[in-house]
Amino acid sequence: MIRDIITYSFYFLVLVLLQGLLLNNVALFDVAVPYIYVLFVLMLPFETPNWLVLLLAFVLGLTVDVFISTLGMHISASVFMAFGRSYLLKLIQPRGGYEFGVNPSFSDMGISWYAIYAGILVLFHHLFLFYIESFKFSQFFSTFGRAFASTLFTMFVIVVFQLLIGKSQVKR
Amino acid sequence: MRNLLRFFTKNSFIFLFLFLEFIAFWMLVANNRYQNSKVLNSSNYLVGNLYSTVNSVNDYFHLKAQNKDLAQQNAQLQSSSITSFVKVFGTNVTINDTVHRQKFVYTSAKVINNTVNKRENYLTLDKGALNGIEAGMSVISPNGVVGIVKNVSENFSSVMSVLHQKFKLSAKIKKSGYYGSLQWDGSNYRQAQLKDIPSHVKMDIGDTVVTSGFSLLFPEQVKVGLIKDFDLKEGSNFYDIDIEFIEDYKNLHHVFVVRSLLKEELEDLENESEVLE
Repeated sequence: MIRDIITYSFYFLVLVLLQGLLLNNVALFDVAVPYIYVLFVLMLPFETPNWLVLLLAFVLGLTVDVFISTLGMHISASVFMAFGRSYLLKLIQPRGGYEFGVNPSFSDMGISWYAIYAGILVLFHHLFLFYIESFKFSQFFSTFGRAFASTLFTMFVIVVFQLLIGKSQVKR
Repeated sequence: MRNLLRFFTKNSFIFLFLFLEFIAFWMLVANNRYQNSKVLNSSNYLVGNLYSTVNSVNDYFHLKAQNKDLAQQNAQLQSSSITSFVKVFGTNVTINDTVHRQKFVYTSAKVINNTVNKRENYLTLDKGALNGIEAGMSVISPNGVVGIVKNVSENFSSVMSVLHQKFKLSAKIKKSGYYGSLQWDGSNYRQAQLKDIPSHVKMDIGDTVVTSGFSLLFPEQVKVGLIKDFDLKEGSNFYDIDIEFIEDYKNLHHVFVVRSLLKEELEDLENESEVLE
């Protein structure tokens, strides 16, 4: 339990710093910005109580917001995503429920399951975030396009990140 | 009452979600209204320090380029201190008690805006009238001629670049000393044309072209460019010479504004002689 807390605090720190100091400055073709910090919500264990996921998402969003000086924007998006996570997990639950000790990563759950799980949540998060950001519907389609492109980019970065830490887990 | 409590505990997850979202939106709205909300300031103190640490690390990566810049400026200062003094000769009359009299005064300035891709390019410098800059002063860089100050405000000055079709510069070939007029044709920002060099002059590709110092606007022997190509048209008495600027005007950061101390004296003298004719 304590070991989990330390591990996840470490991931939290790494993801937030990666987001705040590096990835915020990346804009592929001036449209796609990767928001890798959402991976923290994605990678929380299945057994995590729902209320804790919400609170952690709140703290996560707050930290990222302070970095970008957009107080409230990332909080609302990541809390929204954490809310969706609990329902999505029930919806795509394998027969017999989730095994104990298995984590929501694509090495444990398989690529197709993970693509659905992460893809839907990241898309939700990005749509929510980008529409909050533009705060109007006049640029509906361009905002949608930016959100979609960013989702693809974020997914790519998430996969790379998971491959990197996946190796270290095997070593342990 | 009991039912109400049960209702809350049953749906606690949704209520927590709504509560957190409410806080988030409240922050979003409040923060848009009051930019200096307390939370943002105190927490940004931490992030601000983090950013400045990252920046100071970043600075190390630019040290090499900055060193090079400084060395170039040092060389510039050294060479200008020799060429910007003129010897006062004539043993009968002693005007000053010094042997050398200063002809040019240099002020360093930073380029804060610059274009190269128009046909009439201007630069903006971060120094203006308060720093003693006046219209008509010349601007040079460690590697070449930059332009002439056109307009001055209190803190900024606007400079007509060499890359301007109306800019003409008296330049000479360093090796032979023959002078001509240098002008930019408006196409390639790395190249300009030198005209009026007579056909009997010998030159090679790669020869240095420097300022002639005739106008007294620019100091003498300031590097301008290298001869890239020359061509003598049939029946013409003058060469068409393409020169390549040594300075990359797209990458211009620090320049020197030159005040010519003897310019008015020379102009007065020249005007007088013209009137007498």
